[in-house]
Amino acid sequence: MVEILPKMPKSWNPESKPHKFCPGCGHGLVLKALGQAIDELGIQDRVVFGCDIGCSLLSWDFFNVDTVQTHHGRTTPVMVGIKRANPNLVVVAYMGDGGGYAIGSQHLVNAATRNEKITCILVNNTNYAMTGGQMAPTTMPGQKTETTPYGRDVEETGYPMLGPEMVAAITREGAYAARGSVAKFAQLKKYIKKALENQMAGRGFSFVEALSTCPTNWRTNAAQTWQFIEETMTKYFPLGEFKVPEGKED
Amino acid sequence: MNDKPITGEKKVFMTGNEVVAWAALAAGAEVMFGYPITPQNEIMHYWTRLAPKYGRKFLQTEDELSAGFTLIGGVLAGKKAFTATAGPGNVLMQEPMSMAEAMRIPTVAVIQQRGGPSTATVIYSQQEVNLTCFGGNGEGLRVVYSTSSHQELFDYTIKAFNTAWKYRFPTFVLADGYQAKMRESLVIYDPFEKMEMVEPEPFVGKPGTPGVDRKPAHLRNAYSVEEELYEALSKDIADYEKAVPELVEHESFNTEESELLVIAHGVVYRSAAMAVKELAEEGRKVGYFRPITLRPFPQEQLKEAARKAKQILVVESAYGQLYRLVRENLYGADIPLKTMFMPGVGITPEEVREKCVALLDGKEA
Repeated sequence: MVEILPKMPKSWNPESKPHKFCPGCGHGLVLKALGQAIDELGIQDRVVFGCDIGCSLLSWDFFNVDTVQTHHGRTTPVMVGIKRANPNLVVVAYMGDGGGYAIGSQHLVNAATRNEKITCILVNNTNYAMTGGQMAPTTMPGQKTETTPYGRDVEETGYPMLGPEMVAAITREGAYAARGSVAKFAQLKKYIKKALENQMAGRGFSFVEALSTCPTNWRTNAAQTWQFIEETMTKYFPLGEFKVPEGKED
Repeated sequence: MNDKPITGEKKVFMTGNEVVAWAALAAGAEVMFGYPITPQNEIMHYWTRLAPKYGRKFLQTEDELSAGFTLIGGVLAGKKAFTATAGPGNVLMQEPMSMAEAMRIPTVAVIQQRGGPSTATVIYSQQEVNLTCFGGNGEGLRVVYSTSSHQELFDYTIKAFNTAWKYRFPTFVLADGYQAKMRESLVIYDPFEKMEMVEPEPFVGKPGTPGVDRKPAHLRNAYSVEEELYEALSKDIADYEKAVPELVEHESFNTEESELLVIAHGVVYRSAAMAVKELAEEGRKVGYFRPITLRPFPQEQLKEAARKAKQILVVESAYGQLYRLVRENLYGADIPLKTMFMPGVGITPEEVREKCVALLDGKEA
């Protein structure tokens, strides 16, 4: 039997819909997966959602859950402080690739190392979208952005950052690290749900990178957008789980 | 587990950093977030030894940005929380403090000033006045207490928690490396027996389901249009201005009789006060004014204290940071301002006395 879910997760704030993201943006899908996961776990009264600067900040009134919009890169430490002060809450640090892998990378690395009992969801769309499409730590080799107009030269600027792989490498048993994609919604939702459950069980740091779309800055039509996220991006950013607590493997 | 770190009053002899840890404990601070930097380290050292005995928490973060932002998180969850830093750490601390300012988050930070600019010395200065009063990309909507003794460090660290939670502006205790490291005697006490203590409350995670039983907390510091920001900021500025008369604190001596008014703050005020009292006893027409709150500044009180002065001497271990505050707050007064700037260096009563005598005798213009 197929379960029919409501069009809008219960935990969404209907007053801020339709949402403020660009047409074709993947953020709405990531937040839909998160909303459904919150609903299914019945934790709307316990979640504190933190959003970063960049496109993610547009989610500051997205949910009917307590929300804190922070500074660029600083959502992770704010959520760490909240969780440590009130461990009964389920905290979600929501950020983009610039916030998590560049300006806030020290917070990601150290929160993971300390095995903070928080959930980070990082949206990877291969560029700084809010500021007009500059190179991000996740920009693909050869990809044209506003600050790499001739394409990303890996000799000059390095290769795309592999976040979940790094988190998996620096964490111990109990942590969770996965990469999903808005192009595979059911899998992404499963990863986000597992990342929340892992925090609720008090096991450890839980990290999900979500590959996402940015047709505005990619300057792609629908078909090209889909091709980029499904084929080009997954060549460098493989989908799957990179660290799963014992007994929680699929 | 004992809940009360101090009962009644107790005479002690300890370093300023130890005093701060005891004051935060006594005030009911539940968690400290910190990153090592000299000369504030021993605040963390004492806190980490004392805190577990009273069920309090500590987190050593990866830098001062993280210390400031985890502090914000702890406060948002409804805990009395604090941090301590200095110098380059205070520079990094300004980013979270500007968010605290924008969102009216009652953070408490103890600043033990060290030499500047840059790494400079780990010892002492009064060079973090600008930064602590006006750091960040904002308007300086904060409260800054400049302490001069260990008793004041204890009293004002406790007061900082009450001020922060009552007025909801980030609050700072501005001391220095001398106060941090030297030992003095003071009386520590349980403030809950002596005064009304302001209780903290959570900003997020209150009972009930948001959107069902209550409104969700949607806390932000980013605005889409100019007018939206202006409206929010105007309200904060109005709240701040309204609180100014209740917040400002100062101390003065002999201002009715003085032709020379000496202005100093913090530990330098003690040298100035000693020199001025000595000279006044000798019959010289000299007094002093000492702002305790550098932000907000006791403007009316300074104007009143300076009414009879024929000249003013500003003394500080910085190159004009207090001087600029004085000049701004004395605007319109036609009194020559003399200065004694010794950036990053301690100032003795003898040095202040010598300068005062030269000015009183007209030997120095």
